[in-house]
Amino acid sequence: MRRVVVTGLGMVTPLGVGHALNWERLISGNSGIRGITGFDASDLASKVAGQLPRGTGDGEFNADSFVSPKDQRKMDDFIVFAIAAAQEAIKDSGWTPQTDEERERTGVMVGSGIGGLPGIADGAVTLHEKGPRRLSPFFIPGCLINLASGHISIQHGFKGPNHAVVTACSTGAHAIGDAARLIMWDDADVMVAGGTEAAVSRLGVGGFAAMRALSTNFNDTPEKASRPYDKDRDGFVIGEGAGVVVLEELEHAKKRGATIYAEVVGYGLSGDAYHISAPAEDGNGGFRAMKGALKRAGLNPSDIDYVNAHGTSTPLGDEIELGAVKRLFGDAMDNLAMSSTKSAIGHLLGAAGAVEAIYSIKAINHGIVPPTLNLDNPSESCMGVNLVPKVAQERRVRAALSNSFGFGGTNASLVFKEFA
Amino acid sequence: MSDIAERVKKIVVDHLGVEESKVVENASFIDDLGADSLDTVELVMAFEEEFGVEIPDDAAEKILSVKDAIDFIKANAAA
Repeated sequence: MRRVVVTGLGMVTPLGVGHALNWERLISGNSGIRGITGFDASDLASKVAGQLPRGTGDGEFNADSFVSPKDQRKMDDFIVFAIAAAQEAIKDSGWTPQTDEERERTGVMVGSGIGGLPGIADGAVTLHEKGPRRLSPFFIPGCLINLASGHISIQHGFKGPNHAVVTACSTGAHAIGDAARLIMWDDADVMVAGGTEAAVSRLGVGGFAAMRALSTNFNDTPEKASRPYDKDRDGFVIGEGAGVVVLEELEHAKKRGATIYAEVVGYGLSGDAYHISAPAEDGNGGFRAMKGALKRAGLNPSDIDYVNAHGTSTPLGDEIELGAVKRLFGDAMDNLAMSSTKSAIGHLLGAAGAVEAIYSIKAINHGIVPPTLNLDNPSESCMGVNLVPKVAQERRVRAALSNSFGFGGTNASLVFKEFA
Repeated sequence: MSDIAERVKKIVVDHLGVEESKVVENASFIDDLGADSLDTVELVMAFEEEFGVEIPDDAAEKILSVKDAIDFIKANAAA
């Protein structure tokens, strides 16, 4: 089987624009979670979110830097975020295909959990108030999830596989895993892969709040709201952003002297077949996804030094994931560091798996594991587990596993290994 | 009446993001101003909104240039 490595990283998150800046802020213990701005949240149960810091300052997100104002009207924010993250990742990789064949061997697989929810909300209002003749011709292409991949391919001329994953909160992980397999199976040499989400809107927050899935006890102290594994956690904090990686066949990357961040060695998938939103209590779905990823990687639990947990800060989910990790790792728990970076940026839904994959790769590269913020009083079940409370830890990370679980009972685990 | 021409040109400049100097009366939306078929649909909607006219689909299909738009609005707009 062809080997796949990561040669480019790009991200826009509540911690800012760019993977280097993100990492610096993440390991410094910064939080990107704030009170909701940009729309009226006064009647919403949850008033906190991980929103992109918008502006023109250092590390701030300015959409005009990535897409012309004229074209922004034709796409929802999730597409703009994806274009921004992809631009960074592609530039970072240094891959600029020159020939038709090279372009045809370069594909895109960027998914989203929800897609153009704000655009759909606006379109519905236009339809209701003004009738169908006033719907913009850009309404549909502005909301469709695969248009993120479409726009990226058009901008860069990538004519290989053009695909999009939609698996709720495991979208980003599935996209990277599936894109890697397209390279392994020789359908492409290079894939631009990841996830994007921009559902921090009245409809998005209102909808998740209706499920009682969001944190509501920390509206006055936003930075404290996302607290995975802490006794006082009370739901996830919604976030927005995008993470994109450039995946490349090993020999292709070596031949052009590309920087190799890590190798994608493991990918496991499973379904709970249990409930539309609650994880199965025995954690069997997550367990099998992780086990599958280790098997594919040919690694034992003791070879994994860091787990980037799904850890959304919900009372039930965190407990179940931890149980599954303990069951799989057994004695190897003693040496394992596991943290949830959602404590710093919130839950980026369809982008989460991709952003967290990048954080996992950075942990390998820098020999530092990022902290779980707000872990003041760990739950009983966390005793003896190194959840990297509050402060980053220096340690060698030979391989890292990143978990992503989504509504519908869909699970994906990725394993990245240092490339020596 | 020249007011109509100015307003049409302004809409074209705003929607297509092109230089004002390129928006001459003979300019074709698609061939000269870089519009695609969806852009032209949006342009027609903007003309309808600005001038309070309804432009039926068969008439819209014939509005291919700045001049076509000005002529249609002159002939059909109430104000």
